[in-house]
Amino acid sequence: MNNENITPDDGVQPSAGPRRETIALISRRKFLSRLSLSLAGVCAVVIGVPAAGFVLAPLFRKVAGTWRTVGAVGDFAIGETVSVVFEDPSPLPWAGVTARAAAWLRRDSESAFTAFSAHCTHLGCPVRWMPGANLFLCPCHGGVYYRDGSVAAGPPPHPLFRYDVRILEGNVQVKATAVPITTTL
Amino acid sequence: MKRFVVSTWRWLDDRLGLSDLIGPSLRHLVPHDATWWYVFGSATLVAFTVQIITGIALAFSFVPSSSQAYDTLRFITNEAPFGHFLRGLHYYGASAMVLMVGAHMAQTFLFGAYKYPREMSWSTGVLLLAFTLVMGFTGQLLRWDQTAAWSVVVAAEQAGRVPVIGDWLARFILGGSTIGGATLSRFFAIHVFLIPATMFVFIGLHVWLVLRHGISDPPVAGRRVDPATYKQEYHAELARTGVPFWPDGAWRDFVFGTALILGIAALALIYGPPPVERPPDPSILEADPRPDWYLLWYFAVLALIPPKIEGAVMILAPALIGVILLLAPILGSKGERHWSRRPWAIGVVLLSVLMIGSLWIAGANSPWSPNFEAKPLTAAVVGATQGPIAEGARIFHQRACLNCHLIQGHGGRRGPDLTFVSDRLSENDIIIRIVNGRGNMPAYGSILRPAEVNALVAFLKTCRRPEFPAKEK
Repeated sequence: MNNENITPDDGVQPSAGPRRETIALISRRKFLSRLSLSLAGVCAVVIGVPAAGFVLAPLFRKVAGTWRTVGAVGDFAIGETVSVVFEDPSPLPWAGVTARAAAWLRRDSESAFTAFSAHCTHLGCPVRWMPGANLFLCPCHGGVYYRDGSVAAGPPPHPLFRYDVRILEGNVQVKATAVPITTTL
Repeated sequence: MKRFVVSTWRWLDDRLGLSDLIGPSLRHLVPHDATWWYVFGSATLVAFTVQIITGIALAFSFVPSSSQAYDTLRFITNEAPFGHFLRGLHYYGASAMVLMVGAHMAQTFLFGAYKYPREMSWSTGVLLLAFTLVMGFTGQLLRWDQTAAWSVVVAAEQAGRVPVIGDWLARFILGGSTIGGATLSRFFAIHVFLIPATMFVFIGLHVWLVLRHGISDPPVAGRRVDPATYKQEYHAELARTGVPFWPDGAWRDFVFGTALILGIAALALIYGPPPVERPPDPSILEADPRPDWYLLWYFAVLALIPPKIEGAVMILAPALIGVILLLAPILGSKGERHWSRRPWAIGVVLLSVLMIGSLWIAGANSPWSPNFEAKPLTAAVVGATQGPIAEGARIFHQRACLNCHLIQGHGGRRGPDLTFVSDRLSENDIIIRIVNGRGNMPAYGSILRPAEVNALVAFLKTCRRPEFPAKEK
């Protein structure tokens, strides 16, 4: 078959050396392939950057704590630890029940309250207050905390996280914030 | 009529080129002795196909909204025609896929099928294993009940342990700083679009590699893989004794695949899908989140690793296992293929099965979790209805001792069984343990009144075998 005029490689004769047209064709093809790949790169950036930015946006969303009323001061008996329910700092309109959060609230005295996060510091499972034992027990991997939130047993690396609490116009308010994440380094 | 069908097919096939496209794949020669051990790969593909079909059907009714998904799950399960069955198929299909991936890996490993020139078949397969597990985990989350919501938190907390970028990863998983409106949508996109699309690509590559390098011939003890001659010998043997894949090899895949589907359907009919539990309301603190069975062994790992090295184990161990699995074929691409000449290979498989199996049993029993359902001890167990012993037994329940300790099979398994505690410990020892605590036993000194300690001791002194005298002080 006579393909000499169709593919440039056949025009390259080992003995005669490449013809000038062939060199021009090769550099033209090199240019065209680089052009095409560069354009593909541009397309990837134009589409990929906004897509990745959209998906990664929650990483950079800083949430300021929001004070949430969890009841009147008189609703809580001194010395008792009860669970209180409040809404997340800035819930999306379609969050439904997932916008709810809970904490363990103890009235220490007339005017002092302590609010413990319900998240075990090991891996975030909801700890339960056992009033008879004065302990918080985790259902997942065996974490146990004393009354003051310090670790009594099991794998938790830290005491229970505490929320800020304040009394405003006779109401107890908990400062709703992010789910506490235990990190290393 | 037949002539019309035949001529129509010929016209279509000429224009579409279907025979040219798949004909060579169907006719390609496979080793005649590649028999029933070779069905697990196609069985994995069968299970994946079940997942695609049932998944698409379920998506017709599933609303991936944090506030509504739970209701659509209940609708699919309780009201939609075939919904209960479809969910069962999707669940047992996922289970079958995990099992078949495991069987496929064990078989190709023991047969040395990952050696030259099929190293990349193994490595792409390892990635497909990882994708399968991600699909399993995200699929459990799409049930979007209480366990699903808390599992997201657990996943975020685990990601949080990754050095430096942990907090960012955790937020990426939660879709923000808390569980909420953004959370479920992310997992829907990952489970339904991102991972399946990636899996299509890798399954295509994986199957292409089967065609490119051929199904590995069953190993023969003493016949070593030598990259210089392997391909030549393989093709010469195929030319001599090989049989066409269709139908000589494929019929076993069809038999096994059909059995697998019938098994999945039977399980779905008999046992049904996992129940939809309480709603995904993070303020309901009576929760007991557990992963589905295929990750239950990992749940046990998280409970059992010593806390001091936990951070390293949680992050480094999976990374290390992944790297070893990916690089395994490159580290050992030559030499013996037969399992009888590779005892360490049998050891690795046995050890993996034993480790995952025993961790799985540990996860199913989870003795490290307190028993929140512990009921007060009955008079038959206590042996008294009034007096200090009965009072001690009442306190034993009221002060939550029973949530962690067993008395004659009642209570929790977090701490030691106290049925015969007085055979081991003297009265003083018991008091010291209660008041000061020890190891995982919290110190009750500031929690109990002296009279309560006395009553507990009175009760625990009766906890011994009748034939042994109590240990003297």
